[in-house]
Amino acid sequence: MAGADGDDSLYPIAVLIDELRNEDVQLRLNSIKKLSTIALALGVERTRTELLPFLTDTIYDEDEVLLALAEQLGNFTMLVGGPEYVHCLLPPLESLATVEETVVRDKAVESLRKISQEHSPVDLEVHFEPLVKRLASGDWFTSRTSACGLFSVCYPRVSSTVKAEIRQHFRTLCSDDTPMVRRAAASKLGEFAKVLELDYVKSDIISLFTALASDEQDSVRLLAVEACVSIATLLPQEDLETLVMPTLRQAAEDKSWRVRYMVADKFSELQKAVGPEITKNDLVPAFQNLLKDCEAEVRAAAANKVKEFCENLPEDSREQIIMTHILPCVKELVSDTNQHVKSALASVIMGLSTILGKDNTIEHLLPLFLAQLKDECPEVRLNIISNLDCVNEVIGIRQLSQSLLPAIVELAEDAKWRVRLAIIEYMPLLAGQLGVEFFDEKLNTLCMAWLIDHVYAIREAATCNLMKLVEKFGAEWAQNTIVPKVLGMANDPNYLHRMTTLFCINALSEACGQDITTKQMLPVVLKMSNDQVANVRFNVAKSLQKIGPVLDSNALQSEVKPVLEKLATDTDMDVKYFAQEAISVLALA
Amino acid sequence: MPNKTKKEKVSGCLRGCNMNESGSKRPSNSTPPPTQLNKIKYSGGPQLVKKERRQSSSRFSLTKNRELQKLPALKDSPLVDREELFVQKLRQCCVLFDFVSDPLSDLKYKEVKRAGLNEMVEYITHNSDVVTECIYPEAVLMFSVNLFRTLPPSSNPTGAEFDPEEDEPTLEAAWPHLQLVYEFFLRFLESPDFQPNVSKKYIDQKFVMSLLELFDSEDPRERDFLKTILHRIYGKFLGLRAYIRRQINNIFYRFIYETEHHNGIAELLEILGSIINGFALPLKEEHKMFLIRVLLPLHKVKSLSVYHPQLAYCVVQFLEKDSGLTEPVIMGLLKFWPKTHSPKEVMFLNELEEILDVIEPSEFVKVQEPLFRQLSKCVSSPHFQVAERALYYWNNEYIMSLISDNAAKILPIMFPALYKNSKSHWNKTIHGLIYNALKLFMEMNQKLFDDCTQQYKAEKQKEKYKLKEREEIWHKIEELARQNPQGTKDLKKDKVLMRRKSELPQDVYTIKALEAHKRAEEYLTANQEAL
Repeated sequence: MAGADGDDSLYPIAVLIDELRNEDVQLRLNSIKKLSTIALALGVERTRTELLPFLTDTIYDEDEVLLALAEQLGNFTMLVGGPEYVHCLLPPLESLATVEETVVRDKAVESLRKISQEHSPVDLEVHFEPLVKRLASGDWFTSRTSACGLFSVCYPRVSSTVKAEIRQHFRTLCSDDTPMVRRAAASKLGEFAKVLELDYVKSDIISLFTALASDEQDSVRLLAVEACVSIATLLPQEDLETLVMPTLRQAAEDKSWRVRYMVADKFSELQKAVGPEITKNDLVPAFQNLLKDCEAEVRAAAANKVKEFCENLPEDSREQIIMTHILPCVKELVSDTNQHVKSALASVIMGLSTILGKDNTIEHLLPLFLAQLKDECPEVRLNIISNLDCVNEVIGIRQLSQSLLPAIVELAEDAKWRVRLAIIEYMPLLAGQLGVEFFDEKLNTLCMAWLIDHVYAIREAATCNLMKLVEKFGAEWAQNTIVPKVLGMANDPNYLHRMTTLFCINALSEACGQDITTKQMLPVVLKMSNDQVANVRFNVAKSLQKIGPVLDSNALQSEVKPVLEKLATDTDMDVKYFAQEAISVLALA
Repeated sequence: MPNKTKKEKVSGCLRGCNMNESGSKRPSNSTPPPTQLNKIKYSGGPQLVKKERRQSSSRFSLTKNRELQKLPALKDSPLVDREELFVQKLRQCCVLFDFVSDPLSDLKYKEVKRAGLNEMVEYITHNSDVVTECIYPEAVLMFSVNLFRTLPPSSNPTGAEFDPEEDEPTLEAAWPHLQLVYEFFLRFLESPDFQPNVSKKYIDQKFVMSLLELFDSEDPRERDFLKTILHRIYGKFLGLRAYIRRQINNIFYRFIYETEHHNGIAELLEILGSIINGFALPLKEEHKMFLIRVLLPLHKVKSLSVYHPQLAYCVVQFLEKDSGLTEPVIMGLLKFWPKTHSPKEVMFLNELEEILDVIEPSEFVKVQEPLFRQLSKCVSSPHFQVAERALYYWNNEYIMSLISDNAAKILPIMFPALYKNSKSHWNKTIHGLIYNALKLFMEMNQKLFDDCTQQYKAEKQKEKYKLKEREEIWHKIEELARQNPQGTKDLKKDKVLMRRKSELPQDVYTIKALEAHKRAEEYLTANQEAL
């Protein structure tokens, strides 16, 4: 080891050099992750003069190590002596920004963006901007791609001559030969537009935007749609029609479904950006077309936006537009051939009822809800059920309950446990909406049946569900309907079901209160301490620990304590352990 | 650029001709390995429940008026009228039909088009002087109208679920027509009358671009046609060659660095394999860059198995042309060596052996150390197929002769891995292979073998000491770091915080201690901001 004893000052770098030569990647990775420790040990000056040049010159390693390095350097400002010296970090980050692996490059760019903020305006021009220029005119597409992400961070803080240069470079990259660079530029177009002066947005950005939006590659065109949102937000209303709309219209009818998908996906943002008038004249027909698109992907993306789009329509004509233009398309989507489209629609369609009001909902939407409740795909039904609260506010759930019940029952018995799990999670909501009588009559049996499901996750969810129901309907309801059934399971021949009783008691004791817990639950728990299965016995100990705080001290001392003491001498070590833990937590020792 | 023909020959066949399938180790390299049309499937076993298929064949914008009139046959019409009639038929075939939403629509007219295409295929194959000047724009237009389209969304899930080897491709519903259009165009290109000079007005960069976009088609039959067509175009249109190579590179970059999803990589590599075959020597810088910056990074994509034979073929082609490229290639492979994906590691070992089969001894010396460090890791792999594949190298005579010539360097690297696993590997087959490898080493150089044994034992003893030393060194650095005013508080060592899976006993004190612990980084950055 070089300088191990003699010269202490050379020591940290020597260690790093040595470790970075090690064959084991994990070891090299660990060393790089401790780079800040080494920098601290060296002090700011020697970090600048020795560590950073070393890293810049010698680093050629696996991408994993480079990634860690790129990340570390973003947080190094203080370790090189603060903002005054932050530019020392640029050389190693510059070479990291040109490597082939995307994750490393992206991380280097992220770090560069971060430290750009710590540069003074002068340093930004002297050190940072030249780096951006070098990257932007690099031979290899990787460096040009990285450059795209750096323009917007330095533009606002440099002089107007430098600004002109930056704009020029960005222009060049937008028409780069390789699609990778054009994609990178297109993805940063919106961000760059935001930092530009309005005049330049109009003169520069619009032409770039138009060119990228009609690129030969659909992967570039679709990124221009994203930029469209930012650009439209920046421009005054009167310019939108001439500068943005021709391109947007063209994108909505692009021959590539990927571009149309992007338009559908960004539709709400676009709608807000272009304002109500253009929405009425242009976006409504465009949205209709997207809802009727020939590719299911596009229809699904558009269906997802139905509620938001309708919500954001100008109030004066909202109802009329929905009823005459949107609803006919929605009706068709209900019987779409693709289940993803139907399920996307089902997740938002209930939201329309608040917008359209009671009468329209009953007349026009209700038939659609009912149709979707009977859909062959469980996901569609689930999405409807999970949004019942929206309808309840407008027309009350009674209108639906007749159709709701068969749908719920079917989902409750679905062969896929994830579907069963999903419907359990909506039970408390449903119970709240449907009221206690309906629940007792129709749904209670379902809830109890889940407690003996053969999948643990379902039993667990069912337990939790009971607790939420008791919170909703109160202790008295629990005492009459749930508790007897739960306690009855304590005598089940299957030990898993006996344990479910204990889990339910754990969940319910607090909500049920002291009286029920002491009088009804405690005796059952205590009795189960003699169970022949050890798992049940140690769960008795755990349950006693859990319900202990709900009980009064009298019951604790006279009933719980002897049982726990007995369990503490059990032959099974886990039973012993949990009994002892319960004794100490409940302070019964 | 007429002299370019001499410099760069494109081998005339992709497959089917001169298949030299002898058992010799040295690869017979006259043709690239063909891309399989059908993925090999396990037969028998329980029938998997088929997931619901989404109908997602391409959408064509249908022609409004699809009522085609049957035209008279070409062979029955007078010679003077034939050209005119041929053009008419070509135009008729520009009408597009629906095969997806309503397969039974326009049956009569579909048949007219099918018969017309069929007839033209026959006509162009069996008659000379029929590809006249006015046919070119019509034939290219007919091809473009029928085929250039946006490909449909992938029917297979993307991401982790996608398995290009297992998931079935979606076939084009319109194939009955598409097939004939492809066939016609191929015959057209291959016709003895075909003049690239006349057609280059129509078969231009834009045309090639659209053609390349179709390579992402899920239908392997379509990609098979595209491959042959692009290969012919590359052969006949010298002016388009550089452009084609550049655009293929862009497809690869996007595949490697952005999407990791493209259906036609194997086909494109197959074409390139035959192109590389024809490269003139010395290799141009552009071609070397292609090897280093495209072919090698292609090794890291997760669906490597789909196109690995074609890729390995291309790499070996390069090395046969210019052995000076061996070092960067092997270093590249080592850089992208799989860390967790064992089947991929086996592929790398296959490719490496192919490379070693053609390696020059002078090049071998340059890479032997890093190479055998990797191999020593492979023979110790707990995945027995990896270890087994690596140990098969010891059956390769050429490799053994290379090792034997450089035993002084290689033995010390390989020995510890072999020795350690000769007893400890879980798989018995590996024991046998290791025993064999060690025996060969011993026969190679008894003295060196004994030295290695001694050294191994000595190293083993020093290991613990080294570990301790390392810890001390870091301790000392942390000590130094603490003296820095920027780091006033304690620098704690990174501990792996406790992770639990069971509900069993937990020590309250441990939990408290872990909660109280502050990681060094958090503290460091916070401290910097405070300054």
